[in-house]
Amino acid sequence: MSAKSTAHSVVEASSGGKWLAGGLVVVYALVTMIPLVWIFLTGFKSPPDSISYPPKVFFEPSMEGYVNLFTTRTRQTSEYIESLGPPETWYDEIVRKRNMVIAGPSKFADRYLNSIVIGFGSTFLAVFLGTLAAYGFSRFKVPLKDDLLFFILSTRMMPPIAVAIPIYLMYRTLGLSDTALGMILLYTAVNISLAVWLLKGFIDEIPREYEEAAVVDGYSRLQAFWKVVLPQARTGIAATAIFCLIFAWNEYAFVLLLTSGEAQTAPPYIPLIIGEGGLDWPAVAAGTTLFLLPIVFFTVVLRNQLLRGITFGAVRK
Amino acid sequence: MPEVALTGVTKRFDKTLAVSDLSLTIADGEFVVLLGPTGAGKTTTLRLVAGLERPEEGRIEIDGRDVTKTTPAERDVCFVFQQYSLYPHYTVFDNLAFPLRAPGRKRPAAEIQARVEEIARLLRIESKLKNRATQLSGGEMQRVAIGRALVRRPSIYLMDEPLSSLDAKLREDLRIELKRIQRDLGATILYVTHDQLEAMTLADRIGVLAEGRLVQVGAPREVYERPNDIDVARRLGSPQINLVPSGTLGVEERPAAATTVGVRPEDVLLHREDGVAAEVLAVEHLGVETLVLLSVEDLTLRALLGGHAPVAIGEATRIAVRPGAALFFDERGRRITGPETGSPKTGSPKTGSPKTGSKSEAAYGT
Repeated sequence: MSAKSTAHSVVEASSGGKWLAGGLVVVYALVTMIPLVWIFLTGFKSPPDSISYPPKVFFEPSMEGYVNLFTTRTRQTSEYIESLGPPETWYDEIVRKRNMVIAGPSKFADRYLNSIVIGFGSTFLAVFLGTLAAYGFSRFKVPLKDDLLFFILSTRMMPPIAVAIPIYLMYRTLGLSDTALGMILLYTAVNISLAVWLLKGFIDEIPREYEEAAVVDGYSRLQAFWKVVLPQARTGIAATAIFCLIFAWNEYAFVLLLTSGEAQTAPPYIPLIIGEGGLDWPAVAAGTTLFLLPIVFFTVVLRNQLLRGITFGAVRK
Repeated sequence: MPEVALTGVTKRFDKTLAVSDLSLTIADGEFVVLLGPTGAGKTTTLRLVAGLERPEEGRIEIDGRDVTKTTPAERDVCFVFQQYSLYPHYTVFDNLAFPLRAPGRKRPAAEIQARVEEIARLLRIESKLKNRATQLSGGEMQRVAIGRALVRRPSIYLMDEPLSSLDAKLREDLRIELKRIQRDLGATILYVTHDQLEAMTLADRIGVLAEGRLVQVGAPREVYERPNDIDVARRLGSPQINLVPSGTLGVEERPAAATTVGVRPEDVLLHREDGVAAEVLAVEHLGVETLVLLSVEDLTLRALLGGHAPVAIGEATRIAVRPGAALFFDERGRRITGPETGSPKTGSPKTGSPKTGSKSEAAYGT
C-alpha cells in the first residue's frame, strides 16, 4: 500500500491495523516460544546451573546434558581416574570432571529409534488405509455408509485411555505387549478415524469428472485413482500425515502402560533420566530438544502443503 | 453401418426415470445433437453410451458390437465434459498425451509427441503446451479439453455441453471451429446442449429430448419446420414461436382438432390491408433484423422483420400470417399434420374453438 493512499478499502486492512495484527502475532509467538527456548538453553547448562536460583539466563555452555543423555556413568575414586591416564575424547573429559567414567551407552538411542519406527509406521498405515477408506466412502455406494462413518468417528468420542485396561489384557493374550507392532497397530487404530474423516473431505472436493475422463480414456479405476486422485489429494494427505504423526509421536499413556523395555518410545523415557541427586535436568532438556526436532522438521518441509490444504477449494471451477 | 445404436434404453436413478425407452442410431461421420431442457436426460444418455452408467433395459451397440455391459475403457469412446476436464497437476502437453499413455492403448513416445503437436496446431494452442493446465484462460482450457478427445480416433466422440461455460464470443468461435474440425476429420459426434442455436448450426440431425424421452429426431430444418409437438416447436427458434389459440389471427384454413396455432415470428407479416388489426407495443432493432412486439386481439405477438422495417411504437397496423406457414397443434400439444386435410370438414371456421381465446392461453405467446 502506498503511503499517499487515503482510500479505505472494505476488504483490505488499514496499514495501522496490519501493524497491530502483526505485532500481536509476534508477541503471542514469543510468549509460546519461551518454554521451548528455556528447554533448548537448559540442555546446554551444567547440572548446578540448571537448578540454580534465581534461574540463570546467561551461563557457560556445556555439553554435559547431551553426554549424560547418551551414556551411563559410574562414580570412581580420583585415584582410579588418574590411573586411567589422560582422557581420550572430549566427552570422557566432561564426565571425568565429575569423578565419573562412562560405563556404556544409555537406552536413549534405542527409545528414540522406537519412536521413529512406531511413529512413522503407524502414520504410514493410518494414512494409507485412511486414503483408501476415504476414497471408498467418497465414491462408492457403501451400504450403511452414514452409520459406518459415524461408527468410525465414535471411536474418537472417548479418551483413548478409557479402553486401556481391555487393550492391556487383549495385548497380553495376543503377545503384542511390549512390541513395536502392537504399538503401531494401536496408534493406527486411534488415528484412522481422523484420517478417514479428514481425507474424505479432501477427496469429496475432487470432482468425479477427472476419474471418469481417465476411465473413458482407457484407464482402470485403480490407475485413475493413482494418476488423477492421489496427486490432487496430496495436500490433504500431507496435512493428515502431520496430524497422525504428532499424535503417535507424543503419545505417553499407552506406551507407559503397554511397554516396559523393548518397544518403549522416548516420551516415557526422557522424564526419568536420573542423575546425581535426582533428575538430570540438562539431560532431560537435551532429550526433549532432540525429540522435538523431527516434528519441527516435517512441519517446515510440508508447510506449503499445509497452507494449501487450508486454502483447498479455491481452485478455478 | 451405424456407428452407434441405442435400442430401447432405459435408466432409472432410484425412482426417477432419467432415460425412458430411448432408441437412436448414429451413422458413421454424423454429428448428432441432443437438445432438451435441464433434466431431460441428455447427459445421462451420453454417460450411458460412454459406459459411465449402466442401463436397466435396452442395448447399446458401438461398431456393431454389443457394449451394454462393458467398461468405459473397452468401448473406444471419448468424452468431453462440461467442465473440470483438465488435470490440474499436469501440463497442457501431459493432459493431451494422457489418453495416448493409457495402458492397453499405449503409443510410442515419438508418436505421442507428433500427435499432440498436430492437435495443438489444429486447435491453435501450440504455444501453451508447456503451461500448467491451471494457467490457461477459459477458452484455452476448453480447447485443450476438446483436444484431449481429438488426440484419439475413437468410434464416437461424446460431448457434454463443452461450450456452455464460455462467453458468447468464444462460444461462437469454438462452435465454428468444432464444425470445421468435425468435417475435416469425418468424426462421429454425439453432442449435448440446451442451446438451440448450437443445435441448429452444428447438427446433421437433432434429437429433442423431454423428460427422458426422445420426442423427435431429424435434420435441423425439418425439426424446425415440422415439429412433432408444441414443446419441440418452442425449443427451436429464437425469438420463440408465437402460440395462440386456434381461431385468432385470421388463420381460416385449419384442421378441426386444432386448439393451438403456432406462428414463427418471421411468418408474421405487417402492413397487410386485409389483415387483423394490431398495435405495435415495442420495437427492438437487432441489426440485420427488427423484433416487433404486437398486441393483437388481447394477445401479445412477436414478429421478426428486416433491418430497416418502418415501424414505430404505438403505431396501428394490420397483420397477417404467411399463407401455409402456420403450425397446428391438438389439445394434447401434438402437431396435426397437413392443415388442408381437416379444414373443409368443419362447419364454420369461426366456431372452431372460440372459448380457448382466454387470457391464460394468451400467456403462451409472451
